[in-house]
Amino acid sequence: MATKRTIEVELSTSGLTKEGRPQRIPLVTKGTLGGDTGVALAEPPSLELEGEHMLINIGPQHPATHGVLRLVLELDGETVVRCIPHVGYLHCGFEKIGEYRQYNQIIPWTDREDYLNSIGNNVAFALGAERLFGIEITERCKVLRVIAMELSRIASHLVWLGTTCIDIGAFTPFLWSFQERENIYNMLEGWVGARLTTSATRVGGMAADIPDKWLEGLRGFISTFPKTIYECDRMLTRNAIWVGRTIGLGVMSPDEALNYGLSGPMLRASGVAYDVRKDFPYLDYETYDFDVPVGTNGDVYDRYLVRVEELRQSVRILEQAVNRLPDGPVNVDDPRVILPPKHKATSEMESMIHHFKNVMEGPRPPAGECYVAVESPKGEKGYYFVSDGTSKPARWRIRPPSFVNLSAISKMVEGHLLSDVIAINASIDIVMGEIDR
Amino acid sequence: MSKFEIVRPGSGNLEKPVTPKNVPNRGGEANPSGTALKEQFSTAVLRIDVVNGETTVLVETSKVLDIVRWLHDDATQSYEYLSDVTAVEHRDLSMPIEVVWHLRSIKFRRFLRLKTQLTKGAKLEVPSVWPVYKGADWLERECYDMFGITFAGHYDLRRILMWEQYKEGFPLRKDFPLRGRFSRSEQLRQALDANPEAKYSMEELNVADTFEELPLDMRARIASGEKTGE
Repeated sequence: MATKRTIEVELSTSGLTKEGRPQRIPLVTKGTLGGDTGVALAEPPSLELEGEHMLINIGPQHPATHGVLRLVLELDGETVVRCIPHVGYLHCGFEKIGEYRQYNQIIPWTDREDYLNSIGNNVAFALGAERLFGIEITERCKVLRVIAMELSRIASHLVWLGTTCIDIGAFTPFLWSFQERENIYNMLEGWVGARLTTSATRVGGMAADIPDKWLEGLRGFISTFPKTIYECDRMLTRNAIWVGRTIGLGVMSPDEALNYGLSGPMLRASGVAYDVRKDFPYLDYETYDFDVPVGTNGDVYDRYLVRVEELRQSVRILEQAVNRLPDGPVNVDDPRVILPPKHKATSEMESMIHHFKNVMEGPRPPAGECYVAVESPKGEKGYYFVSDGTSKPARWRIRPPSFVNLSAISKMVEGHLLSDVIAINASIDIVMGEIDR
Repeated sequence: MSKFEIVRPGSGNLEKPVTPKNVPNRGGEANPSGTALKEQFSTAVLRIDVVNGETTVLVETSKVLDIVRWLHDDATQSYEYLSDVTAVEHRDLSMPIEVVWHLRSIKFRRFLRLKTQLTKGAKLEVPSVWPVYKGADWLERECYDMFGITFAGHYDLRRILMWEQYKEGFPLRKDFPLRGRFSRSEQLRQALDANPEAKYSMEELNVADTFEELPLDMRARIASGEKTGE
């Protein structure tokens, strides 16, 4: 049985002091804990329970499974002996449908797989398609896409923070984080007209340039958002209940985490500094100044720390992107992939033909294949295209980070308590739309 | 509708395909691991391509596990991260099905695509890389689920996204119609006929000693050797 470090507490029988006030829970200090949390830990007593194992089913309709995930747990008392996850309840065959769609027509599908990071998926898809087409996008488009990706990373991490807090028992950070998420969605609505299903990119550019004064709103967000991070940080990082519910849970060593194919904050919390933005840069991420937070213990607490620090780093990237956003066109000047302006399509013969060909037949990439990976909030999100020279991909594959991360849950929950399964599952940050596709 | 044109890799018009901006997408700097593989496994490495800046190594099916293990263990290669396992079936049905592994070396910042071809008609079987990369577990299960490719050596190869009683075949195969093999009414009938008690597969029922608590008819079906709970 895996050892779990717990906080030892002493409680009076009534829970009240002599004066009738609620008794503060004293933390018995034995040894120190990683970091400066000031919370002491003790080894739990080993319990050897007699009796039969129990089979318990969590989900698929359960609020704490973050979607339609089903976990079948074999319990020895309250300890998980074995966990069998079941996925596929949301399977809609995105990859199959993609083989029947032109490249630009697939972009709305990418909104719907990892629906907390929809604009990031749009960008990732467009990057993959552009490598296949051999298109070099404009400088302004690159910076706009960086802004889009970092905004969606923040939004996704905020959802993770809020829902995980609720799973573990804190309600207030949920309100704070969802309020900031509203601000981001309002900004996205001003930009592309949609909040969740953005479909913001096109092969070779964006669906729309940012409106006038949009950057002012983003600057305002950049200046106010760190306060929310600070508040959540103060609320949780040294909170005894939070620390007690998260430290030592679901530990993955660096070698294990790599071998299990974990990516994103899951992998970095284990101490492996692998970030696609740094290791295989795209969108000129190598020119931005930001740090990659790396944990040491690989437990739920470290994953929380890594994600909170990523929020700060995303704000840093946003700041630099806003300051360097150049003027100029957003879309490439290539009529074979980009639709001509409406007034030209209705007045010039050549533009009308381009418009017709683009809409009816769709742009055709040369035969070939490419795999483009980006750092999504969940980890390495990859799109693999195989083109046979027609306007529809012969194969479109999504490499889902949540799917691979979730596959390690059986290993992570083994030996922990039933209530810890919820915390560990929350720490993976799964989105079932992406897992089942 | 435009004529549905199929381009075969290797046919005349594809030797030097060009992009809309006339930039060749073939050639370029190859990943040094390709040459190293050729030296190490001379005959098992069939072809090395560089497409869109990514190196693809086509290898013999039987040698996949050896090659992957060498790439993982060898200090000069150090491919410690398996990004993806998937398969490709081309629209030209006479072409072989390809199984694709995307490997990353975080140490050397390299990306390598391994490929092997499976002839249709014969059994679609490749060695599982699960003994080397535990992350291949679900990826190979999904590949089996969607394409019907067996990964020999996988400890628990069963469907993952589709349910275990799914009878319509393998959805990502090109001969599988977009709307499924069965009609809507047949799919609905099967869904309504499904036994709501069939919550657990046999595999799960064997997890615990719950046999005695099952309904009598289910016990009888399990005893007669039925594989799943439907």
